[in-house]
Amino acid sequence: MIDTRKNESVFVSGDEAVALGVRLSRPQVISAYPITPQTIVVERLSEMVEDGSLDAKYIHVESEHSAMSAAMGASSVGARAFTATSSQGLLYMAEGLHYASGGRMPIVMMNANRSLALPWSIFGDHRDSMSMLDSGWIQVYVEDAQEALDMTIQAYRIAEDPSVLTPFMINLDGFILTHTYELVEVPRQKEVDSYLPPFSTPNKMSLETPKSMGFSTSPADNMEFKYQQHKAMMDSMEVIKKADKEFSEMFGRSYHGLVDCYQCDDAEYILVTAGSVTGTARVAVDTMRIKGIKAGVLKLRFMRPFPEQEIRNILSGAVSYGVLDKDISFGYEGTMFTNVNSALSGSKNFPRGMNFVGGLGGRDISVQDIEEMFIALQKCPDNAYGDYIKSRVSFVNMGVNINE
Amino acid sequence: MKTQLQDYKHPEIKPVWCPGCGDYAVLNAVQKALASLEVKPHELGVVSGIGCSGRFSHYFNSYSLHGTHGRALPIATGLKTAREDLTVLVAGGDGDGLAIGGGHIAHAARKNIDLTYIIMDNTIYALTKGQSSPTSHPGAHTKTAPYGVYEDPLNPIAMFLSYDVSFIARTTSLKIKEMEKLLTDAIRHRGFSIVYVMSPCVTHKSLTYDDIKSHVPSLPEGYDPTDKFEAFKYAYKEEMYMGLFYKQEKPTLNERLESIRKEVTGSSYNKGHTMTTSQIMEEYL
Repeated sequence: MIDTRKNESVFVSGDEAVALGVRLSRPQVISAYPITPQTIVVERLSEMVEDGSLDAKYIHVESEHSAMSAAMGASSVGARAFTATSSQGLLYMAEGLHYASGGRMPIVMMNANRSLALPWSIFGDHRDSMSMLDSGWIQVYVEDAQEALDMTIQAYRIAEDPSVLTPFMINLDGFILTHTYELVEVPRQKEVDSYLPPFSTPNKMSLETPKSMGFSTSPADNMEFKYQQHKAMMDSMEVIKKADKEFSEMFGRSYHGLVDCYQCDDAEYILVTAGSVTGTARVAVDTMRIKGIKAGVLKLRFMRPFPEQEIRNILSGAVSYGVLDKDISFGYEGTMFTNVNSALSGSKNFPRGMNFVGGLGGRDISVQDIEEMFIALQKCPDNAYGDYIKSRVSFVNMGVNINE
Repeated sequence: MKTQLQDYKHPEIKPVWCPGCGDYAVLNAVQKALASLEVKPHELGVVSGIGCSGRFSHYFNSYSLHGTHGRALPIATGLKTAREDLTVLVAGGDGDGLAIGGGHIAHAARKNIDLTYIIMDNTIYALTKGQSSPTSHPGAHTKTAPYGVYEDPLNPIAMFLSYDVSFIARTTSLKIKEMEKLLTDAIRHRGFSIVYVMSPCVTHKSLTYDDIKSHVPSLPEGYDPTDKFEAFKYAYKEEMYMGLFYKQEKPTLNERLESIRKEVTGSSYNKGHTMTTSQIMEEYL
């Protein structure tokens, strides 16, 4: 068993790193249902609860819908709740996702990013969480197991902030992150306790704050609630930055807030990524730089709230930019691409952007694939609008030239 | 032409269950039952959900659909309603059928839709590698209950009886002949039938061949499967009785829809716009 009284480095998978982060965050109720590739989280947490190293109650629910429902019930009386899911399980929870965010229940959930049926696939892409972008949950995409552990702790801090009170989804790429073992530093419990105090909120049913929850609204007052929900999500941007800053002061690791940049300062060609593929992109940037091509990577950490200002500042200085989506909104383009373009629409310099849709159903994205993206960005047509539109969205690694 | 066992087996896709899995025997018994009933492969639809049992539908040389977790029954309900000429089988396990999808059994029973639901119970979530299921034995060590399962297991037979499922049988992968007979009767039964098969899991050892051998008496000679109280009595016995627990005749969903239509409009549902597969075959072959 890991001794969280002292600083320790352990060799664990992403799933196990999340479980360690959950234990350090001291949730009171955990409800989850196994689904590949999230299952290890469920198993580790049930072990921790039963061996007494985590003082929480664990509910073996009969479905993901019940996992989310139980988390809502626990949160409604002010308990710190955790659940985890993936893919089909996340979709099955969809009703609860909206309910929890509307009810301002700061539940934290890990989602192992996995493709959606049909056809069946247990392997990773972002189509599950991207389809839940409008559910009112904060969404972070982590790059490695350390970030997964650290963000689990930060997630409660951010979600439970009185100005935020919004549920939080931590996304890990299925298998690539959930099942890959890495050396991870485990923070000390005592320090985590001072970083993350016990959850306290007036938004709960208790003798001190008696209330009835789950009311109806009329057309005359529904929008006020939705406005408040939106405002809280917008306000969470500052809370996220503050949580990152304080975390780095205490634990020595910063993730630079809403986005993280690699070699972007003088970059002419910037690729926007999310999740584990960022590591591959960093390597590709290094090889491009050796060739004298000014490449950079913008790691989009948060999809909600969306870092509009940061994206505009960084990308508007580029010659062209690419967005690597492990998702596609059928009939248009990748969801990240749409969001990035919208952020840029307000800037004076709106460089040409290209959308690379890749990694669907777990297909590998190699360093060479990303190098090709940078080469495509160099060739990105800047005058002929028709040509640009035609080549704007391309599928990576499909055996066709991505410029076609 | 008579159908052979081989006609139901998918020509390319072979089962990938663990060697020794009880589900192999169930698959074989189902296909033998279909052959004995001379259900043609093109008159058959097999629907499954998720889990080891979810693989079931892939192994048929017929119409087959691998559905979402827990929703095999409602998917099959839609399929059967649209194509009542097809024989529709549904496969599930203790996870898919009794946990995430448990709520659907009651409603399939109320409609008495003409489906045969084959539940293969291995008392564990085997595909995700060994977490507790609703039928895990109390005290059993699983990956989500490392110090022993502390929840009560379901009593599925008593549950099906309370739902008034119109054909309820329990058998095991070990009793191949009995399983085949019960499956044949269940498929022939008009209405919602459940064949509940105790199917050993050799990988997670949640339910072993030895466990089953020592605990499976047959329902006694002279047992009356139309006596519901008697059925309840045997469902609650400590030993796991095997055989046909309960059977009753009542109108199926399609018969109910048909009779209301006739009562209100004086005529039947118009079936003229679609031809059944058999009609097409007869017309053109």
